[in-house]
Amino acid sequence: MSARSEPVPRAPQSRAVTLPVGVPAIEAVDVSRTYQLDGVSVAALRGVSLTIDPGEYVAVVGPSGSGKSTLMHLLGGLDRPTGGRLVIGGRDVATLSPPELATLRNETIGFVFQAFHLLPRTSAVDNVALPLVYRGIGARQRRERAAAMLGRVGLGHRLDHRPNQLSGGEQQRVAIARALVTDPAVLLADEPTGNLDSATGEAVLELLERLNAESGVALVMVTHDQEVAARARRQIAVRDGRVRSDTIHDRPLSGAVDRPATLDGAPSAGPRSVSGSGPGRPSGGSGGAAGATGRLSPAALDRTGEGGHGDDLPGGGEP
Amino acid sequence: MRVAEAWRVAWDALRANRMRSALTMLGVIIGVASVVLLVAIGTGTKQKVEQQVEGLGSNLLLVVPGKLDVGTAPVVSPLTLKDVDAVSRVVGDPGRVAVTIASGATARAGARADFTTVQGVLETTPSVFTRSLARGRYLTGADVDTSRRVAVLGASVAHALFPDRDPLGQQIALAGVRFRVIGVFAPLGQSLGVDRDDEVHIPVTAAQRLWGTQRVDGIAVKAPDRERIGELGDRIVAELSRRHPDTEFSAVTQQQILGVLGDILGVLTGVLAAIAGISLLVGGVGVSNIMLVSVRERTREIGLRKAVGARPRDIGVQFLLEAVLLTAIGGLTGMALGVGGALLVDALSPIPAAITWWSLALAFGVSAAVGIVFGVVPAQRAGRLDPVVALRAE
Repeated sequence: MSARSEPVPRAPQSRAVTLPVGVPAIEAVDVSRTYQLDGVSVAALRGVSLTIDPGEYVAVVGPSGSGKSTLMHLLGGLDRPTGGRLVIGGRDVATLSPPELATLRNETIGFVFQAFHLLPRTSAVDNVALPLVYRGIGARQRRERAAAMLGRVGLGHRLDHRPNQLSGGEQQRVAIARALVTDPAVLLADEPTGNLDSATGEAVLELLERLNAESGVALVMVTHDQEVAARARRQIAVRDGRVRSDTIHDRPLSGAVDRPATLDGAPSAGPRSVSGSGPGRPSGGSGGAAGATGRLSPAALDRTGEGGHGDDLPGGGEP
Repeated sequence: MRVAEAWRVAWDALRANRMRSALTMLGVIIGVASVVLLVAIGTGTKQKVEQQVEGLGSNLLLVVPGKLDVGTAPVVSPLTLKDVDAVSRVVGDPGRVAVTIASGATARAGARADFTTVQGVLETTPSVFTRSLARGRYLTGADVDTSRRVAVLGASVAHALFPDRDPLGQQIALAGVRFRVIGVFAPLGQSLGVDRDDEVHIPVTAAQRLWGTQRVDGIAVKAPDRERIGELGDRIVAELSRRHPDTEFSAVTQQQILGVLGDILGVLTGVLAAIAGISLLVGGVGVSNIMLVSVRERTREIGLRKAVGARPRDIGVQFLLEAVLLTAIGGLTGMALGVGGALLVDALSPIPAAITWWSLALAFGVSAAVGIVFGVVPAQRAGRLDPVVALRAE
């Protein structure tokens, strides 16, 4: 549909936030979030510190109730912390009014949700163009950019299809295109494969990873699926409102190294990481793979989700 | 978000729920249409009544015993033909003075009978009240002076008694006394629901003899000019009061009658408009209700829009415009229906209807205001929704 011939129409001036080199995309310092439920304070996050650098590929893992969704909402500027400092795209969230925060989301963050959240009765191209509406971009240019973005996610032939005419995988691709059409600094994906079968999910993950590698957008993916999480270069395990581990793999699924620079909110953590295996850890004797497994064990072993077997642990499925 | 964009988004949302939008509009449509229609009927009735009062003749002064006002009891008239002569002297021209003594009576012609109003009058009536004849002649001064038993029939009486014959020269019986038909009035139609063609004019002297009385009910004067009509009325009342010190007299002009009638009909129009206004209000509540439902139903959409950068104001404006569009379209449709209905009523029923620009402006203004007023609360609610909560909604 686009008149342009270039496969990737990325006008440099359309970059919403040009972060100076060395400035993190998102920086959270001792961030906490407390909800008031019927007069009772419930702490969802209890002092989380982390930094997302431009272009990173980060998986946030944790069981339900761990606070990872709250963390996701905070990182995306959908919510404000009740304590600590949160800087998104170089701007301190605490200083922003609701409209300014909305503009920050529009310019800096792209969201991909488990349930796609596409507007029904609205064509794919109009769905993708939605964020551009709130940026005040004219209809013609919106359609051009949205069509080009749909082309990048492999849906150039489905521009005018409505969500109910698309498969689940295609709907999620539309959602991904919508998240990236604004050229954000960070793509926040909340269980992006949660509603998809494994083959479709794999394709969506590959698309996300390709876009992360191609465009330099930081990819932050919330998941409870260890296999999915293991694909990310960096994994942040959240539990009980705290970061329990924050590890970087040099290469996905190969030996992981601790991330010394990252602060850890857990008071019991060791100086380098919470992931250091203490004596008596059940996973201690698992042999070669235990090195990687052990670093994640506090979170991994407490999981009650799809099996607490050692085989399901990150690294355990490594060929 | 650009304004044009906001209108488009609102329009798309309404189109996406056509049935619901149409049903919501229906309340506004009915409200606006009934305001326009009922005000048109009220205005049309008022205009027609005013026309008819003015059609009685210009510069008319009605002199009656008692105080002319709404709700006062009628007074037995002490006036006689001598008083009429006195009034004629005050006016200076007997040709400008008419009298009436009226009573219901059954008119018979052969086997046919018709209950009608018999009026005893002077020969001056046609010039004072602007009446014209279809056939024959009117009463003359000689008829009155000699109490001649001659009659002029109203159009409906003539038709009732002589459906297939020429009434001229025929005999009719009024209260058993025979009268000869000398003329037939041109039809006048209805006035205030009364058939004005249902009457028989006979000489006042013959009427007084018929009913065994000397009185006349009232005197009508056609004033020579409009400016001095009030002064003339005062002089007539003063003369009559001098002759009948125990009785109060009133001289009222058409303008005064129009004023009283206009007040009554104005209140009537206002009441009609108020009743219609209530239905418009109910329509507005319906709009508000649907908008609240719409906000709840589209919570996830609101959450998503906020996530991708919609400011609270963008969301609020979107829902407010939806409400305004609903009521504006409903208002325009209602106006069209109201105007069409008024034209139909006017053409097909005896009820007159006249469309006034102010009722259109009022109805549309009120419906637009209703849209804004009843759209604000749902719009604010939508704008304030927490995106985190909204995204989670099912």
